[in-house]
Amino acid sequence: MKLIIAYINPFKLDEIRDALSEAGVTGLSAGNIQGFGRQAGHTETYRGAEYEVTFVPKVRVEVLVDDSLAPAVISTIEETARTGSIGDGKIAVVPVEEVVRIRTGERGRDAL
Amino acid sequence: MDTGDTAWVLTSSALVLLMTPGLALFYGGMVRGKNVLAMLMKNFVAMGIVTVTWVMVGYSLAFGPSIGDAGILGDLSYFGLDGVSSDSTEIHGGTVPDLLVMVFQMMFAIITPALIAGAVAERMKFSAWVIFIAVWSIVCYAPMAHWVWAGGFVGGDLGAVDFAGGLVVHINAGVAALALVLALGPRLGWRREAIRPHALPLTVLGAGILWFGWFGFNAGSALAANGLAANAFVTTQIAAGVAAATWAIMEAVRHGKPTTLGFASGAVAGLVAITPAAGFVGPIGAIVIGIAAGVVCYLALQVKFALNFDDSLDVVAVHLVGGIIGALLVGVFADASINGVDGLLYGEPAQLARQAASIGIAIGYSFVVSYALAMVLKTTIGLRVSEAEERGGLDLALHDEQSYAFVE
Repeated sequence: MKLIIAYINPFKLDEIRDALSEAGVTGLSAGNIQGFGRQAGHTETYRGAEYEVTFVPKVRVEVLVDDSLAPAVISTIEETARTGSIGDGKIAVVPVEEVVRIRTGERGRDAL
Repeated sequence: MDTGDTAWVLTSSALVLLMTPGLALFYGGMVRGKNVLAMLMKNFVAMGIVTVTWVMVGYSLAFGPSIGDAGILGDLSYFGLDGVSSDSTEIHGGTVPDLLVMVFQMMFAIITPALIAGAVAERMKFSAWVIFIAVWSIVCYAPMAHWVWAGGFVGGDLGAVDFAGGLVVHINAGVAALALVLALGPRLGWRREAIRPHALPLTVLGAGILWFGWFGFNAGSALAANGLAANAFVTTQIAAGVAAATWAIMEAVRHGKPTTLGFASGAVAGLVAITPAAGFVGPIGAIVIGIAAGVVCYLALQVKFALNFDDSLDVVAVHLVGGIIGALLVGVFADASINGVDGLLYGEPAQLARQAASIGIAIGYSFVVSYALAMVLKTTIGLRVSEAEERGGLDLALHDEQSYAFVE
């Protein structure tokens, strides 16, 4: 099993969710985060005082999948999230030792 | 007694009261999320404290018979509202009940110390704040109201005019804000960390409520439902709209983009500046006052950086500077056909001199009293929360609450 973590542009979330559903993914988690990478921040101005904001808002998507589905999920996110501009994000893949479905107590692949 | 006048002043009193919660939102949106409740509370609490001080002694010191006819301070004839009539008498010389004038004036006495709260945001102790505004409403606000509005030496002997509170409310609060900030010192991280507003929609809503309530403040100050009230209503709207647009244009020119915070701030600056003049000037005067407020108050934002004092939410730039603009320009644009007083443009340059003198008096008195009071509190109970409390946020430190909890 794999945990696939994708850092993406916030406006890509809906598109990625739909594409992943089509690819057979049955669930994911997403959250608002802030980070920095090669993409520069921006300037905010409040009553004439300028502030350099070096963190950029992004969305982190986490998907738990079976090994067999992982390559399809990775390429789906990669293709859907790409705009070709700086700030498209990154995908990380982490091996997962155990998954538990809390309601039923199922373990491993059954819990996915 | 006139029922129409009474109905309008009753309504205006409620409008002015609403300005204090409006001000709370205006300020609350500009602080960080960990300090928003403490900011709202510093405003709201004035509605409790000053109600009591005004009823017990404030009203009497301001509007009671002048001690020794000196025009310095009222006596305690109306202690605890003793003998304040529910009919209109010669005391206020108008057509609405004395009791109604008392409560209308109470709303002004409430919002004035609340205005100061923006300067001390994100670091002042609640206990010190409560004592400060209770004492300040008695020793600083009430005497100045007496001098200007109750036949005291500024409004009477000197002959300066202040229609709805340029001196008594805005200059007074702006100077007190400066005095408190000097005693308090800057917030941790000021000028080194990005201390940004956390919820500007609250600020814009607050500015809207202030604008709405200000019609009670200014047009209500006619103390009648008449042409003078209509004049004040119209000049108030003009100055607010013009100043908001002017401020936004200044931003667009200097930074490339107008901001919502700037437009809201400009509206408030225009409302402040027209306050002393609303019942003395016409539409052209209001336009010029609005432009002056938009330009000068905007530029005045830089003063705190040049002189290095952390007036957190710019009470000095908006209320002190805006108040001075209005109190001076009423001496230029006042037209006797509106309310019996001419300014420089209508052949009475002495009125401008009277206005300048009244501004000097208000600044001097307010600074000395406010700074002394601040220093007494600083050396006794202390003005600031601890460094750890300031880092963790005043909402938890002062009130055991949070605005935006992590769990639902």
